[in-house]
Formats: sequence, structure tokens, C-alpha cells
Amino acid sequence: MSLDKNGIAKRIAQELQDGYYVNLGIGIPTLVANYVPDGMDVVLQSENGLLGIGPFPEKGKADADLINAGKQTVTTIAGSSFFDSSLSFAMIRGGHIDLTVLGAFEVTDKGDISSWKIPGKMVKGMGGAMDLVAAAKNIIVATTHTDRNGNPKLKAACSLPLTGVNCVKKIVSDLAVIEITEKGFKLLERAPGVSVEEIVEKTGAPLVIDGEIPEMQI
Amino acid sequence: MNKVVKDASEAIKGMESGQTLMLGGFGLCGIPENTIKALVASELKDLTCISNNAGVDNFGLGALLRKHQIKKMVSSYVGENKEFERQMLSGELEVDLVPQGTLAERIRAGGAGIPAFYVPAGYGTEVGEGKESREFNGKMHLLEHALTADFAVIKAWKGDAMGNLIFRETANNFNQPMAMAGKITIAEVEELVPAGELDPNQIHTPGVFVQRIFQGVDYEKRIEFETVRE
Repeated sequence: MSLDKNGIAKRIAQELQDGYYVNLGIGIPTLVANYVPDGMDVVLQSENGLLGIGPFPEKGKADADLINAGKQTVTTIAGSSFFDSSLSFAMIRGGHIDLTVLGAFEVTDKGDISSWKIPGKMVKGMGGAMDLVAAAKNIIVATTHTDRNGNPKLKAACSLPLTGVNCVKKIVSDLAVIEITEKGFKLLERAPGVSVEEIVEKTGAPLVIDGEIPEMQI
Repeated sequence: MNKVVKDASEAIKGMESGQTLMLGGFGLCGIPENTIKALVASELKDLTCISNNAGVDNFGLGALLRKHQIKKMVSSYVGENKEFERQMLSGELEVDLVPQGTLAERIRAGGAGIPAFYVPAGYGTEVGEGKESREFNGKMHLLEHALTADFAVIKAWKGDAMGNLIFRETANNFNQPMAMAGKITIAEVEELVPAGELDPNQIHTPGVFVQRIFQGVDYEKRIEFETVRE
């Protein structure tokens, strides 16, 4: 069974470590916040100027001055801080953020990613994605393994405009956990009940497969 | 030193068509609502607007776009605005999309007297086309140039007559760096107080960066996506 988006988020949450500062992109990455293991101290950064994102506000308590990078109303946690956009990206560019999780249209076996523009269809701008992928110490892509038409999103070259090059370290999809190594995509884990053959078939570039591939534990 | 002006229409005196403006805010959070309304009411046109976003269809910079007062936008993200998309695709509007952190730093650098600097963002992408690149510590970087503006238009929570400013929560965003980068910086505030009433320890923007300040009125503070706990 392929994972649903919450399953992908749960598996990514296993990559978190105590003390991490993390930036979560819009979509599936945001869901990772729901699966931070109990007792683990993880602080979420929002690039519009908030360190320590709290849950959504209670009904009637939304504050127009307190939003996340997706422009949704949020709250603070004990120990939150606010700052301006240049300091926020100094945090990101300066390597102070331990992990970035974001979505993608395509990822290559060299760690290139396209995620912001579909020429002629969607030109909304890159927001902070290019800064994040160029600078974060560790970048995990959360994505479905194939697009709506069944075409591989993991491939040898991106066909869409790039967000960054040589930057993605790991991919967690609905079918597999894949690391990007010097030899290309390396299959680490498969979703429960999904065969290695299915993953190979649905990946658009060769996979390094070393021995028995375990199932994800989620 | 008293920098107080009466209202937004007095604050924009001397602004001319064809000039470059910076406008603070992230989405609709922390935008200078009063000054944008005064701009919409003015006959100014052919403006170049540097702003992270372009408002929504009928509010914020979206209102200026509808009146075709903007010639060029320099932004990082312009979703949530159909009229923007239409003008961009038809070629009526020139658009320069800049990675958000690079945009913030270009503005800060403009205010800080740093003409250019290197960043990794955008290397190997279309953002890097035609730009000088250089390797530092084994990683490729792009040369990016500072941005300044004829007028920076920002919004703060509290301000005093000398132009000292305090921002609130995530409504700070681009307002603080933009305050530094305007030849003339206009600050509108929710609460204007006499000099001496703000705690100097709490000031985000020292008054030296601000030339005109006024008490804003009738803030709508619209929320783009109101999300609440289930």
C-alpha cells in the first residue's frame, strides 16, 4: 500500500532530532508538525519572521499580525521570537536551520529540484524556496512518487525550471525513502507492502539497491 | 526633531510618476494600508514597486494594479492575484521575480551602503542567468546588487515623533529592512506617541531611517487565510 500524505509526514517526522530547528514548506511538509515525537524538542521556523510556530489559533482568536509563510493564522509557543525578513534569511542562509522539508514537481538523482514554475501555466514566484534549498544543511523532499498522470517525478533531469541544483539529500515519497548519493538514487526503505520492482518501475532514473530493502516502520 | 505629517496624502507629497517605491508587508500582513489608499487616489503612474507580494485582487497593491499605476513589480511571490497574472501574461506589467531572502538582503544592503554581495540562492537556475558567479568554500554563489527606492513606504505598530519604530509580531517582515532603503521613508503607525514615550531598548528601527511619520487610521488588517484549530 502506498502511503497517504499523513503517512509521508509520519515517516519524515522520524528524521527529526532533538534540538532541531526546522523549516516546513507548504502542503505535505506542514503535516510533519503533527507527528513530532513526544518529548522531542523541535522548533519550527517560518521565513516571514517567526521562530517557534504554535498551533492554529482557537476560533475567534486569529490575529492578523501573526501568520506563517503560507499566510495562515498561527500562534506562538513559549519561547517564540519575531524578526524581520532579512534576519530570517540570515538564519537560513547562515546554516542555522537544521532541516528543510519541501514539496517538488521533480527531483533528480543529482539532487536538483524543480518546484516553483510551470511555464505558461503557473508563474507565482519562488518565494523563499530558492534561498532554502541553496542553504539548508539538510533538505528532504516530500512528494508522491509519480505525478497525476503516472509519470515519474524522480528522474535523471528536470524538465521544469529549477529551484536549486545539487541540494536535495533525501526523498520520502508515498512508495519509498530514497537517499541521493554520489551514485544517484539509493533505495533505503519501501512503503509497507510495496515491492522493490514497483519502485524501480515508477522511478525515472536508475536505483542503487543494496541487499534486502526493509519496509518503513510507521 | 519632529517628523510627523498629518496623513497619508501629506506623506506622499513630492512623489512622482515613474519613481521606484518599496512597500512593506508579507501578503496582507503589515502592509501600509493608509498610504496605499492615498496612492490609489492619486494620479501617479508608471511606478516600479518593490514588494514581496502584490496584494490580492481588490486590496493592498492589488488596488494599484487594477488602476494600472504600476509599470514594474519586483517581488518574490505573486500568487493570490488574478489581475496581476493577467497583466503579467499580457505583457502590460513587467515583473522581476527574486528569491525572497535575496530580495530582503538586497534591500537591507541598499540601506546599509553595501552595493553588492554573493549568495548561493538561485545558482544554476534561471535567476542566475547573466549574473556573475563565484565559488566560495566549495560552493557556487551569485553576485546580487543592492536595491534602493525613491520612497520606502512602511507600516509599524508604534512610532514616535522622531521616527523611532516598533513592529508587532510577523507584521515586521520587509518593513524593517525597507525603512533603511528609501531616500525618503514614510512610516505609518497604529499608535503615534511623543518622543520619549517608547522604551529605547525596544526600538526596532532607529529614527534616523525615517523621514515622515503619521498616525494611520481605519486599519482593516485583512486576513488572507484564517485558519483555526479543529
